[in-house]
Amino acid sequence: MSAYEAVIGLEVHAQLKTQAKMFSDAPVGFGAAPNSLVHEVCAGHPGSLPTVNGQAVRLAIRAGLALSCALQRVSVFSRKHYFYPDLPKGYQISQYDMPICWGGVVAYELDGEPRACDLTRIHLEEDSGKSAHTGEESTSHIDLNRAGTPLIEIVSEPSLRSPEEAAAYFKALHQLLVCVGVTEGVLAEGHMRCDANVSVRPVGQEAFGTKVEIKNLNSFKFLKDALAFEIRRQTACAQAGEVIEQETRLWDDTTKQTFVLRKKEGAADYRYFPEPDLPPLVLDDAWIEAERAALPELPHETRARLQSAYALSPYDAAVLTANEGFVPRLDHAVAMGANPKAIVNWLTGPIAGAANAGEVALCGDAALSFEGAQGARVPLGALVDLQQLVDQGRLSHNLARQVWAKMLETGDGAAQVMEREGLEQVADTGALARLVDEVIAANPNQVAAYRKGKTALMGFFLGQVMKASQGKADPKQLQPLLEAALSAEPH
Amino acid sequence: MAELQALAHAVRSGATSALHVADQALERAAERRALNAFDQLDDALVRAQAAAIDERVSRGEDPGPLAGVPVALKANMVTPDLPTTCSSRILQGYEGFYDATVAARLRAAGAILFGKTAMDEFAMGSSGEHASGGPALHPTDPTRVPGGSSSGSASAVGAGIVPAALGSDTGGSIRLPAAFCGVVGFKPTYGRVSRRGLVAFASSFDQIGPLTRSLEDAALIYEVIAGRDPLDATTVSLPVTSALQALDGASPRGLRVGVDASLLGEGLQPEIRTSLERAAHQLGTSGAEIVPISLKMARYAVATYYVLTSAEASSNLSRFDGVHFGVRAAGAEGLEQVYTRSRTLGFGPEVRRRILLGTFVLSAGSYDAYYAHAQKVRTLFCREFEQVFQACDVVLLPTTPTTAFRLGNQVRDPLAMYLQDAYTIPASLAGLPALSMPLGVDEAGLPIGAQLLAAPFAETTLFRAAGALRSALAGAGGLP
Repeated sequence: MSAYEAVIGLEVHAQLKTQAKMFSDAPVGFGAAPNSLVHEVCAGHPGSLPTVNGQAVRLAIRAGLALSCALQRVSVFSRKHYFYPDLPKGYQISQYDMPICWGGVVAYELDGEPRACDLTRIHLEEDSGKSAHTGEESTSHIDLNRAGTPLIEIVSEPSLRSPEEAAAYFKALHQLLVCVGVTEGVLAEGHMRCDANVSVRPVGQEAFGTKVEIKNLNSFKFLKDALAFEIRRQTACAQAGEVIEQETRLWDDTTKQTFVLRKKEGAADYRYFPEPDLPPLVLDDAWIEAERAALPELPHETRARLQSAYALSPYDAAVLTANEGFVPRLDHAVAMGANPKAIVNWLTGPIAGAANAGEVALCGDAALSFEGAQGARVPLGALVDLQQLVDQGRLSHNLARQVWAKMLETGDGAAQVMEREGLEQVADTGALARLVDEVIAANPNQVAAYRKGKTALMGFFLGQVMKASQGKADPKQLQPLLEAALSAEPH
Repeated sequence: MAELQALAHAVRSGATSALHVADQALERAAERRALNAFDQLDDALVRAQAAAIDERVSRGEDPGPLAGVPVALKANMVTPDLPTTCSSRILQGYEGFYDATVAARLRAAGAILFGKTAMDEFAMGSSGEHASGGPALHPTDPTRVPGGSSSGSASAVGAGIVPAALGSDTGGSIRLPAAFCGVVGFKPTYGRVSRRGLVAFASSFDQIGPLTRSLEDAALIYEVIAGRDPLDATTVSLPVTSALQALDGASPRGLRVGVDASLLGEGLQPEIRTSLERAAHQLGTSGAEIVPISLKMARYAVATYYVLTSAEASSNLSRFDGVHFGVRAAGAEGLEQVYTRSRTLGFGPEVRRRILLGTFVLSAGSYDAYYAHAQKVRTLFCREFEQVFQACDVVLLPTTPTTAFRLGNQVRDPLAMYLQDAYTIPASLAGLPALSMPLGVDEAGLPIGAQLLAAPFAETTLFRAAGALRSALAGAGGLP
C-alpha cells in the first residue's frame, strides 16, 4: 500500500472590528434580539442601495499590510447569486475577479520551526443572516442581525500538509489579526470561521487529488479533528481504490465525523457580475500609508525582538506575545530598570494564571495597571518596586507573591504591604541563629543522621527553619548558618 | 415664467392656497379616472400635505421653490405613506418605510407628492400595457398607449392632471412616453440624481427625471432633485449648474448640432422624419451650425441594451422571492415551491422573459459571449459619443420611430416593442443627459418628439439647446 499525503488550503472568514455593517450604518452586534440590528439595506428592501463602510476598508488594508499582500489600488465588488432565506437580496456582495489584495504570507511555527504559507488573496464581503429551524414545526425563523456584517476572506494556497500545520496556521493568523486590531477574534461568536479544502495524493505525485471542502470550522480543535478524520477517510478510500467525490462536508463534533452537505452536481452557478450599485473601490496612497504607520509590531517581529533584546527563550517570547498586554508591560518595566527575566517570570507565572482565572485584569491605562478581583488597581511601577524588594533580598519569591496578592486586594504599594503585613524576610543573623539552634535542639535524630553523612537532610532542616520563621527566613543567609551549626562537633 | 414657478409663487404669496391647488388637481384626476394614470392616489393624503404647506405659509414660513406644486411619483419610487407596487402583482401592498431621496427633496422644496403613477411592471416596457392594474391610456386618444414605461406619469401630465411628474428612464422610459403624450421628458446624466428609493430595474442605467409641460418646469424639478446623495454611491458630487438660467434667452447662435442623416431613414415614420429635418433646417437658419455626424454604433444599441439590462434585472429582482417582500404564493410546500410559485405568480410575462434572459447571459458558459461582450460594446458607445461631442455640442435625434400606437398593437410582439427604444437607448448606454420635447403632430394629430443628447453632465448645454430649438421653431412661425 502506498503512502498518502494530505494537501490542505484554508479559507478563513474574519469579522472586521467595525461599529457598522459593510454596506450600511446599521449597527453590528452579537446576542441582540432577533432582527433588532437591521436597516433597509441589510434587509435588502426594494430601492435600498449599498454604501461602503470606510472603516471596514481600512481594516482590510491593515490586514493586507500585516500579511504582506499586494494591495490593489482598484478593486471591484461583485454580486454572488443564490437563493436562500437568510440572504434577503438573493445575492451576496463580495469581490470576485478583482479583490482588494493579492498574495501575502502567514508566518507560523510548527514543532518549534518557523514556517510560512503563501496566500492567494484577501477579499471583502458581507455576511448573511441566520436561519433557525425549529424542530418539528414546518416553519423556519430568520434573523438578519448578522446580515451585512463586514468580513474579509483570507484564502491560502494549498500548501499545508497536516491537521497540526493547518491549526498552527489558523492560530497564527488569528493572533496576527487580533494583534493588529482587524478582528476581535472571539471564535465562540463566529468572528473567525474556517473552511478547509483537503485532498490526498500518493507521496511523490504532483497532481492534486479530488478536494473536499469542510465548511464552518470555528475552533482550532474542530479544524484539526475534522481534517484528521477527513484525511483518514480519504486515504482509506484511495487505498481501497474507491473514487473520492468532490463534495462539501460539515464536521459533527459529537460523532467526531464529517458528513456530506452537498455533492458537486448540486454546486451553484453564482452568476458573478460587477456590483452596479458601487463604483470600483479605489485606495488612496495616503490612506494606505496612514494604516501602515498605525500598524503595531507584528507578533513574529515581537517574538524575534524579545529573544534578541532580552535574551528570552523562544517559548517565553511566544507566551508573552500570545497574551494581550504582556509585551508592553515587559518593555515598560525594563525601561523602569527592572530585570527582564524577573518580570517575565511574574507575567508568565502568577499573573498569567490569575488572568486566565479571571482574578486579575490587565488595564489599558497609561500606568499599565493590573486590576484585582475587587477592582483595586496596581500600576506596573508597583510591580517593579516589588521585584526590587526581592532583588534587595528583603523578600523571598514566596513572600513576594503573598505581598502581590495583598497589593491586588488593596491597591497599596509593595513596601507598604510588606511592612504592614510583617512579611519582610528575616535577614538578621542573630535572629536566624536562634531559630537554627531551636531546630537542631528539637531534632536530635536527624542531626545525628546528618552528621553520619546523610547530607540530603539539609532540605529537611531548611524547611523546618522556614516553617519556624513563618516563611520569612532568607534562604541565602540561612543555608551557611545551618551548615555551620550542623557540621560543628557535639560538645 | 415657468408654470410651476408661477404656481409656487401664488401659494407662497397667499394669492392661492395649496389646498385649492390640490383640490383642483384631485378633481381633474377624478374626471380623468378612465385614463388609469394612477396606481396609488390617496385624496386625504394629498389634502393633508397641502394643508400643512398652507399652515407653514400662514406662519410666515417659506415652504420652498415648489410650494404647493402637485408632483406625481412613479410607482417604483418608495415613500412610507403609500404602497410601492411597481405595477407588479408581486409587490401588491408593499409598503416601504423611508422616503426615496427624490421624494424627500421634493417635499423639502414644498411640493405635494400627488400619488404614484401606473407603469410597465418594474419599468419593463414601452407602452404601459405591462401593468398589473391595467394600462394607462393616451391623454388625447384613449385607443392608444401613452408610451412606457413611465406611462402614468406621461398620461397624467399630458392630461393636465398634474403639472409635473417624475419618471424613471432605463432605456427611454421617460423620453418615449413624453414624446407620445406631447410633453417634455428629461433624463439627466447617470449619477446626477439619486436612485435611493427607486426600485431598481437595471442599476447602471436607471435614472430619475421629470415629465412636465415646459422646459422651464423640467429644469426647475431637475434642480430640486439633482445632486450628490451619500446614500447612493453612484451619484457624483459635481455642482448642479442652473438649467433654468441656461434656458433664459437661449439662442441657436453658435450652437453646434450633430445630425446623423442615416438614422432618419428606414423604419422611421415619415412625418417624424420631416419634422426632424425641418427642425434641423430652422436651427441652421437661426444661427446654429448643423454638423453631420455618424453614430455607427447605433445599430448595436438594442441588442447591447437588452443583454445588459436583463442581466442586471435578473439580479435586482432576485430579492422578490416570496420570503421577505410582497406576495407569497399560498399552499407552497417547501422552500423551492415558495420561490417558484411566488415568482411565477407574482411576475408578469415580460418581467419573466427578462429574468430568464438575464439569468442566461450571466450563467457560466454564456457570460463571456453575452454579458462581458456587451459591456465592451457599451464602452465603445461611450467612446463614440466622446468623439461626437468634440465635433458638436448636442445631437438631435427623433425620440421614437413612430407616434403613439394603438393598445394591443405591439404587446404580442416583444421585438417590435423593443425597437421602439432604438433612438433612446444610445444615450442610456452612454449615460448621457437626454431630453424629449414636443415637435408638432403627425397627420392623426398625435405628438411627435424631438430628442436632444449632450455630453455627460452637460445638462446646461442640453437645456440651452432645447431653448434654442424652441425659439428657432417659434421664429419660423411656431409649431404647426
